[in-house]
Amino acid sequence: MATKASERQTWTRPTAFYNRYVKWAVYLVIVAFLLWSLYDMRISTQRLLAGWDSAVDLVTSMFPPELTPFKRSLLLKGMAESVAMAVVATVAGVVISLPVAFMAAENIAPRPVYWVGRGFITVSRSFHELIVAIIVVKAVGFGALAGVIALSFKTIGFFAKLLAEDIEDIDAGQMEAVSATGANQSQTLIFGVIPQVLPRIVGLTIYRWDINIRHSTVVGIVGAGGIGATLINSFGKYDYDYSLTIILAIVAVVIVGELVSAYVRGRIR
Amino acid sequence: MTEADALADPPVWERRTSRERIVRYALLLIAIVAVAVSWRMLSVNYTYLSTAPREFMDLVNRMYPPNLAYSGEIWRPLVETVHIAVLGTILAVILSVPVALLGAENTTPNRIGYVVGKFIIAFTRSVNVIIWALIFVIILGPGALAGVLAVGIRSIGFCSKLLAEAVEEIDRGQVEAITATGATSLEAAIYGIVPQIKPAFVGITTYRWDINVRSSTIIGFVGAGGIGVELTTSINFFRWQNVLTILLAILAIVVFSEVTSAYLRRKVR
Repeated sequence: MATKASERQTWTRPTAFYNRYVKWAVYLVIVAFLLWSLYDMRISTQRLLAGWDSAVDLVTSMFPPELTPFKRSLLLKGMAESVAMAVVATVAGVVISLPVAFMAAENIAPRPVYWVGRGFITVSRSFHELIVAIIVVKAVGFGALAGVIALSFKTIGFFAKLLAEDIEDIDAGQMEAVSATGANQSQTLIFGVIPQVLPRIVGLTIYRWDINIRHSTVVGIVGAGGIGATLINSFGKYDYDYSLTIILAIVAVVIVGELVSAYVRGRIR
Repeated sequence: MTEADALADPPVWERRTSRERIVRYALLLIAIVAVAVSWRMLSVNYTYLSTAPREFMDLVNRMYPPNLAYSGEIWRPLVETVHIAVLGTILAVILSVPVALLGAENTTPNRIGYVVGKFIIAFTRSVNVIIWALIFVIILGPGALAGVLAVGIRSIGFCSKLLAEAVEEIDRGQVEAITATGATSLEAAIYGIVPQIKPAFVGITTYRWDINVRSSTIIGFVGAGGIGVELTTSINFFRWQNVLTILLAILAIVVFSEVTSAYLRRKVR
């Protein structure tokens, strides 16, 4: 069975798209969009050159990072407030998230309740921490309370979403076994569902604490307490060498938080 | 309890040993103390806390109904927000390729390169996008360009980390097979390595783009372009109905980007 030369095809790489025309069309659209974006930025060489000069200025005025005793106490105070905000917001957020998570789990919540839970999660997830923070600041005033409320609100979207997914994945057999002993619905929940997700609740809490530390260091930029307020003040006063100190301190705290959280979560699993 | 006692009493089933139980109670105690200390440290004014719900309702009443006439004006900044997210992501992806190759164990040239790669990944990830925005606004002046750089630099860590993991997981056999056909090293890279990391590459890009759309909505708070500029202006002038319009618009683009990114990631998997 010899193949005729005209029937012989050259090999081409397979494509993930419908066919190669679609592939090129998609690429073309992406490139066109990128060009439009670039055009929209109005980048000029003059601006970039000026930018290079001010970048050099900024870096030279940032080095070396400054730390007088007064500024050290300011830094420690702000940082302690940020970490405290993260702790309180995590606990408050988790307490509110638990019922939301059960509401948003498809296998145990009735349909209308499920949609309410999901809607709550979507709204909480959609807005960035700082948007929530800036609005909370307008409602309850400047300070750590605003930060705690904003971070607690953001915790719901994260925590309830992931926990709801875990609840959906639980072993239904254990629930059935508990209800077969004559347990009512809330008893089934407490003895059939919660023990299965408890390790996950602890793990997610620690994980969210780590994320909340990241955010509690910046919500101060819009007035919601913590080290962010000190940071924005230092930028406002052109005190760039102190700004660098604060940024390095934030990086250190964030990395320590991440390591602690990774270690604890490793032990739980 | 000695061994003899234990044998004399009928064994009672206990889920945990007493040692485990003590450790668990100790950890719980530490957690409770940490929360209590944090709460004290924030010295929250309880009057503010008790009036917070009323203040929120007041704010909601002032916001509703949204000013729909304003929606024509926020069209431009919304598009700019998406542009910032797209260009920032592209910048991050381009810059993250060399960083990922440095930070992946099987492609890193030497020990120092590996440490440098890991350092860039950790540092860019730990500094929040709003801090990068502050820095780039000082360098380049207010505007979308500063936003693009802030979003781009911030995303390097995330993209490089995931890309480095994808590179570490490639199958050497495929590269060897291509080389065995007599391909040059460039051809081996194109036909043996690139197809293996392409799905991860597309997935990482779209996922990060989704995250960056959220980030782009807030960098305007410090003047780095996008919808955040309009949002702070409206908040500062107490135009609450416009604020609600903007929030709804943000909700719309965030949900849109999440759906798009989820669709694309499902496609390439």
